[in-house]
Parts: sequence; C-alpha cells; structure tokens
Amino acid sequence: MSQLMQTFAALRETKDYTGIIEIIPYAKFLGVQFEETAEGELRFCLPYAERNIGNVLMPALHGGVIGGFLENAGLVHLMWVRESLEPPKVVDISFDYLRPAKPQTLYAQCELTKQGRRVANLLIEAWQEDRSKPIAVARAHFLLS
Amino acid sequence: MTPLFDMVQKWFVTLPHCAALGLEFAGLEGDKATFRVDYRPELVGNGCKGIVHGGVITSLIDTTSALSVFAKLEAAEAMATLDLRIDYLKAATPHQAIYCTAECYKLARQIAFTRAVCHHGDPNDPIAHGIATFMRATSTNPFGQGAV
Repeated sequence: MSQLMQTFAALRETKDYTGIIEIIPYAKFLGVQFEETAEGELRFCLPYAERNIGNVLMPALHGGVIGGFLENAGLVHLMWVRESLEPPKVVDISFDYLRPAKPQTLYAQCELTKQGRRVANLLIEAWQEDRSKPIAVARAHFLLS
Repeated sequence: MTPLFDMVQKWFVTLPHCAALGLEFAGLEGDKATFRVDYRPELVGNGCKGIVHGGVITSLIDTTSALSVFAKLEAAEAMATLDLRIDYLKAATPHQAIYCTAECYKLARQIAFTRAVCHHGDPNDPIAHGIATFMRATSTNPFGQGAV
C-alpha cells in the first residue's frame, strides 16, 4: 500500500476529515472541507475566499476553482468509499458550467455511476444555496489500480 | 500582439485566483497564447509524490483558453466558460513549471471553440489536453459579466 493510502486509511478510521485535507496540499490551498451527512453521504464544502475569485466584475468564483473542487471531491469520494492500495488517477473529466458561482459557499456531492475493475465513472455536482439549481456538473473517469 | 490582447493578458494575471496560483504570461506565437504556473508545494495533489493537482491544470487551461479567444477579437467583450473537457495524459513532473498553450480554432458568432495543451516546455510532450467552449457576450458592455 502506498504511503498516502496508509495515512488516508488511518484518518478515515477516526473520521478525521481535516486531517485528510491536510495530506492534499491543493485542497487545503482552496479551503476545501468535507464530512459525512446524516444519510452517510460525503458532502464537500468550499467556504468563500477572495483568492478563489476569477471574475472581479460580477464577482464570481474562477471556473478552475470550481473544476479543481469537483475533481478533488471525486478523488476523495473514491478513496473514502473503496479500499485500495494506490490512490485513483483521473483519466479525463468534463465540466459543464451551468451558472456563475457567487461569492458564497460552494457544495459538492458525488455519485459513483459505475465502478468497474479498472475504471470508475463518477458524476459530481456543485451547487450553492439551492441544490435544484446546480452551478456545475462534472463527469469523470478514474483509473483504479 | 494587439493592444486588446496585451491588456487582457496583463489583467488576467491580476485576477485573485490567477494571482494566488502565480500565473505568468509566457508569450503569444501566432494565435497561440501561453501561460505558466511555477511549481509550489501548496499546489500538490498527492503530498507523498509531489505531483501538482489536476485542479491547477484546470485553472490554467480555463484561463489560457479564454485568453486565446482575445487573440481573435477586435473589441473587448465578456465571455463565460460553457464547458471544458480535460484528458490527463501523464502525471506532471514534480518541481517543474507547467505551461499551457491554447488557441481559439473557431470563433463563431455566439461561441468560441478552443483547444489547449499543458506541458513542461515542449508542447509535443503533453501532460494534458483541454477542449473548451465559451459563450460570447451578447451585451455591448465589455467585461460587464462572466469574463472567466
């Protein structure tokens, strides 16, 4: 098992969500948080930070921040729900930007559409105050090793 | 380089998230625009291996692709990313700067189509490919909304 997955497994055991973000420097850089909901689903959250703005005139979060937040949600979701020796690797990801992201908290949740032996397909959705009005959706393939 | 393109490349690097990533303009050749992000430990995805997170590549592709559209424009206008697809071809090499070279290969009346490649200095040895579409502004208010 890789060093990262060993550390991850130990942190998952104690539900140390903050500890998991600490081992992913970029997720910490964005300010990502996550936890299990009462229904046992993983919910990701990105509190508003000025450095995540991409459009100063609207203002709106940077499309790359939304993308990075969604990709990271997919990665952590997969590591959380399955036992593996190596971290999954993103093969491709496709983002649809549906609405501008306001300078507010952004949420995300993943759905494991299909888990094969070698590849997992995830649907990742981001929203702000109203879940029925998504900000962006992503579809991604991750290589499982 | 048109005065418009020059103004936009200088403006993009000052946008809060682009400044946070440390985006730097690395040139325009023909219609191909290049931005660069230097390696920094806080941009890493896997803390054990030191590989830069895909999210950095996403921001780099989104910003460079948007910039490349301005190489084709004669007047300032706002635009918003409609969709973006990234293929990760290989892991980025730790401690190396990542470049993104993008071009707008079709500027239609309402939509701009772009393609981008991320690399460590040689576009023929790519880390990632990105294809994006941007919705062009229908308003006449330049930079009034949805610039990146």
